[in-house]
Order: sequence, then structure tokens, then C-alpha cells
Amino acid sequence: MNPVNYLYLAALLFTIGAAGVLIRRNAIVVFMCVELMLNACNLTLVAFSRMHGNLDGQIVAFFTMVVAAAEVVVGLAIIVSLFRSRHSASVDDASLMKL
Amino acid sequence: MENLIALLVAAPLLGAAVLLCGGKRLDRAGHWLGTLLAAASFVIGAVLFFDMLGRDTGERALHQHLFSWVPVESFRADIAFQLDQLSMTFVLLITGVGTLIHVYSIGYMEHDERRRRFFGYLNLFLSAMLLLVLADNYLLLYFGWEGVGLASYLLIGFWQHKPSAATAAKKAFLVNRVGDMGLSIAIMLMFTTFGTFAFGPVLAATGQASEGMLTAIGLMLLLAACGKSAQVPLQSWLGDAMEGPTPVSALIHAATMVTAGVYLITRSGAIFNAAPDAQLAVVVVGAVTLLFGAVVGCAKDDIKKALAGSTMSQIGYMILAAGLGPIGYAFAIMHLVTHGFFKAGLFLGAGSVMHGMNDEVDMRKYGGLRKYMPVTFVTFGLGYLAIIGFPGLSGFWSKDKIIEAAFAKGGTEGWILGAVTLLGAGITAYYMTRVMIMTFFGEKRWQPAPDAGAVPSAEPAAEDHAGRMPHPHESPKSMTIPMILLAFGSVFAGGLFSFNSAFVNWLEPVTAFEHGHPPISAGAVTASTVVVLLTGVGIAYAQYGRRPVPVVAPRGSLLTRAARRDLLQDDFNHVVLVRGGEHLTRSLVYMDHTLVDGVVNGTAASVGGLSGRLRKLQNGFARSYAVSMFGGTAVLIAATLLMRGV
Repeated sequence: MNPVNYLYLAALLFTIGAAGVLIRRNAIVVFMCVELMLNACNLTLVAFSRMHGNLDGQIVAFFTMVVAAAEVVVGLAIIVSLFRSRHSASVDDASLMKL
Repeated sequence: MENLIALLVAAPLLGAAVLLCGGKRLDRAGHWLGTLLAAASFVIGAVLFFDMLGRDTGERALHQHLFSWVPVESFRADIAFQLDQLSMTFVLLITGVGTLIHVYSIGYMEHDERRRRFFGYLNLFLSAMLLLVLADNYLLLYFGWEGVGLASYLLIGFWQHKPSAATAAKKAFLVNRVGDMGLSIAIMLMFTTFGTFAFGPVLAATGQASEGMLTAIGLMLLLAACGKSAQVPLQSWLGDAMEGPTPVSALIHAATMVTAGVYLITRSGAIFNAAPDAQLAVVVVGAVTLLFGAVVGCAKDDIKKALAGSTMSQIGYMILAAGLGPIGYAFAIMHLVTHGFFKAGLFLGAGSVMHGMNDEVDMRKYGGLRKYMPVTFVTFGLGYLAIIGFPGLSGFWSKDKIIEAAFAKGGTEGWILGAVTLLGAGITAYYMTRVMIMTFFGEKRWQPAPDAGAVPSAEPAAEDHAGRMPHPHESPKSMTIPMILLAFGSVFAGGLFSFNSAFVNWLEPVTAFEHGHPPISAGAVTASTVVVLLTGVGIAYAQYGRRPVPVVAPRGSLLTRAARRDLLQDDFNHVVLVRGGEHLTRSLVYMDHTLVDGVVNGTAASVGGLSGRLRKLQNGFARSYAVSMFGGTAVLIAATLLMRGV
């Protein structure tokens, strides 16, 4: 199969993720869309690694996964505490740096 | 001997310090202390004078260096004195007449509870004036000059509870400041041109400076002289200055302060000699003022203001003479000294009349006073004869010489100046005769006081006089004795000075002297002077002596009405300077509001507006930040691709 198709898929995923970040208000959904964009990037990295025949891209994809895992931990914690204090998970409700 | 010079200044200064700082415990003896110290200064002056007479002509000038005031590299301001023949003349005039006026004031100010302070100011004035004439450099002269201005301000406004006196004091001070500005600019120009402002080096180096620079310095000095000597165009303060007590008018505005300008020009003679244009300006100012003051003197009904006009006119004579150069300096100073005697005498006489007439100053309410005040009448009369230049008296000798010198200027100028001085002599005779007749002759116009119950009074002690008839009486001895002494001076000083040209020879080493040669003989000048003089007296007699003087002033011609208002000088100043200044400041304020504030406020408003719009971008919505991030990234990528494509 032509590896370029992976790139098309990655571009599609990234666009869906970006549109979700911009359009959706629910913090959890926005968060998932961010993950989607990260994974689209991973897919690109791996696809390029395969096309060029070296492993650099795959290694970077691992790094991305580690960072994304850490980010999920911190991000979910923030969203949970935000929900506790505001009784809402809408990102638009959190437009001020105070309660 | 030279160590005594500083004492001349120090004695009255000490008096001023003690009297002004001493407080009420000196109220009883303060006036004696002030008079004593003025007299002490005169005695020191006399000692120095006789010492000076004992030395040869070439060695008469004395110097005393007290200390260096501001010693900086090439800028040396020293407190140092120079006593030469010119300064000596002034010292004797200032301390002599000054002491007599102190004595007079003891009687005149007897009922004033602030008499001690008055004597303090008088002493301050004497000391400043002595500093002015004894300084050996222009900066120290300037110090004395300012001191004189301050003291005159304090004395003119002595009765400060009267708004008119307070205003007059302010006016005198402000007008004088304009002149002072001229002197300070002249000193700066001197320093840049000659690198020093001591008399000796500056006056010796006039040959090295360009004529333009010397003319500039001369004109600035003339401006200074105009301020202090009440010459056109800075003459407006002198008439109002009569608001001060009469001894002040006699001391400051007749015998000493107004002569400072003449001193300045005579002292700076070398500069004027080398700058003919400046000299011409001096002559023109003198000639204009001479007629101006005389015309004003003719119309005034206030005895002091009539004398003030006369002072202005006589100083005009001196300035004119000083502007003639070496043919006139000595006569300017000689007229100054004789004028010091008779004008002080006239003012003291006027004060004595006012003293006996409930401080009434309107001559139309005098009349027939010679029987009631014989001493005042005789001394005032001698002063009168002296000022009109009656042959044989002081004024004759000095004024006649000035008229001769004016003719000797040569050419058309000489004829014009000669005619002006002659005309001035005629007008002087007219207005002084008018004063004399209205005050001492004719019928009594005061007995049935026309509006009894409301005696219009310019002086403060009106409350106990209200409703009382005037009861003319002779003044106490402390007032009449100075008048008698001054009358002696008025009669004999001129003849004494002219005997063997004594005065001219005395001043010659300082001011230089050359004989003027008038186009007509000296005898003819004298004869025409006498004719003009008698004509003036005759006209005045026909107008005021032969028919009764109306108590209420008639409306008068256009010229009379203008002259009553000081020839519209205040109106001129008001329209040109006050209104002009107001318009100028208003337009400047408008400029400030629109232009300067406009730029500043406009900048602030545009920055504010811009940030108001930029602030809207920071709305706190994470999604809109994300849009801008995406947008920015997209632009960056697009730009990168485009650049690579190129």
C-alpha cells in the first residue's frame, strides 16, 4: 500500500482534531480532540519513517506518546477540579482567571 | 585714608540694620540714631573731601579693595570702592542733603507711629545710593542700583494701607525693573567684550571694541538710566511716586535716586564718546523728557506732582548735557548738584505747606499763604528763583551752561537742542511761577473750605481733620532749619561752583572737558535765556496773578487735559503694553491649549483608542486564542512555503 495514504489519513485526523478544538465547548471533548491531533502527528512521523527507511520518526513518536500520557494526567486533573469549582466543563465558562 | 571709604556705606547700613531689626524698644530714639548715622557718613565724606583737596590732581582717586566676592578664573567680582572726584561730589550731595532730610523727617513724621521703620528705610536708601556711586565695578554698582530700587519701593509704599501708595510702589518697582534689565544686559555685554566689568579696564579698553558693540552697550546703559531717572519712555512711575511721604519725594525723587542715571552715563562717558549713535539717543531722550516733564508740570494742580514734572524735566536737562559728551558732562553733574539743593528745598517747602494745611495737596485750595508761613515762603521762593534760573542763583549758572553746550553741539542739531533747552527754560519759569502764585499769593481760597466736612485728603491722618478748617501755621524748627540750609545752597552753590570754573576743573580728570563753542556768543545765549525766562514768568503772572484762581479746575484745552493725565503716558502704557501683553498671553495660552496640548492629548487619545481595540482580543476564551494560534501557524507555514518557492 502506498504510504502516502497514511499521510492523507493523518491530515484528515488532524483537521478533525483541530476543528473539534475550535468548535466544541466541552473540555473533555476538546481534550480528546487535542489527543487526536497528537496521534495524527504520530501517524505522520511513523509514515515518514517508513518512507525514508530510518527509525528517527518512530523514536520521536515514542517521545510524543510519553509526553501525551503525562499531559493527560495533568489535563484531566485540571478539568476535574475545574468541574468541581464551576459545576460545568464548558471551556467558555472559564474565561476569567478567577472564580 | 582709603580705609574710611567703606565706612561711608557701612554707617547708614548699620543704622538700617539696627532700626529694622531692633524692634519697638527703639521707637523713642530710633530717629535720632538714624539721623546721627547719616550725619556720621557726611562727616566721613567731608574728611575724605578735604583730604582729597590736599592732594595733587593726579593722585586724588582712592581705591579700597575689601574682599573678592566671586573669584572664579577670569570672572572676578570684587567688593571694591573707588573714590574719585565724581564719586566725591555724589557722596557729599547724598550724605549732605540726605542728612538734612533726616532732620526734616524728625519733625514731619512726628505723629507717625512707624517713624522708626521710616528712618531705617531712609538709612537703607542712603547706604544703597552710596554703594552705587562708590563701586569700582559695574556689578557692585548694579548691587547698589538694586538696593536703591528696593529702598524706593519701601519708601514710596510706606503708607501701604492706602491702596494708591501700594500701587505706586509696585509701579515704581516694576518700571525700574525694565531699566535694570538694560543694566544687567549691558554688564553681560561688557564681560563678553572686555572680559571684565571693572570701571578702569573697561573704560580704558573702549578703543578695542567694535563701534556696534559699544553702541549696544551704550543703549542698554541708556535704558537703565531711563528707568532710574524717570526719562521717556520709562517715566511713568515718578508722578505716582509722590504717594510717599514728602521727605521721600525730596530725597529719592529729587536729590538723589533719579540722579543715578546721570551718574551712570557720566561714569560710562568713555563708552558713549566712542559710540556717537548711542550718544545721539541719549540727547534725544533728554530733550524729549525735558519738554515732556515741563508740559506735565504746567497742568498739575497737585503741588507735589507739579514738582515731580519739574524734576523729570530738570533730569532731562542733565541727561541731555551728559549726551553732549565732554562738553557737557561737567555741566550735567553741576546742574545735578544745584538741582539737588533747590529741588530738595522745594519739596521740603511743599511738605511744610502740606503740614500746615491738613495735608491738602491741591494748590487751588491754597492761596495767600506767605503771611502764615514766612520761613517756608522765603525758602521756597529762593528755591523757585534758583530753579527758573534767575540770574545769580544756582540754577542760572548750571542751566545756562547746559544751554550754551547744547548750542555748541554744532550744526542743525545744535540749533534744535539749543531751542529745546531754551523753550524748556521758558516753560520751567511758567509752571514754577504758577506754583508760587497759586500757593503763596492771591486771595485765600482755603478759609471758607468749599466742601467742609469732607476735606479731600491724600494723606492718611485724615480722620482728626475731617470737618476742621485748615489753620496754616509755620512748621517746627526741625523742619525749617533744613529748608533754610538748602535755600543757602540754592542761592550760592551755583556761583561758588562757577567761580574760576572751579567745578569743571574739579571734575576734569574724571570726565574730561572741552570747551564748547556756541555759534552765537555766550552773552547772547545768557541774554536770550533771561528773556525767555521773563516771558514765562510774565505769562504765568498774567494768567494766575492778575485774576483770581478758580477753586475748581476749569475744563481746559485738549493739551491741558492730556497733561493732567501725564500726557496720556499711563493710557499709552495701558493700551500698548497692558492690552498688548494681555493679547499676547491670551494667544500664547490659546496656542498652548490647541497646539502643545493638542499634540500631547492627541497622542494619548490615539494610544488609548488603539489599546482599547487591542484589549478586545484578550477575551479569556481559550478557543479564540486557539484560533489565533492556528491562524498564526498557518500564516507562518504559508510564508515559509512561499519564500522557498521564490
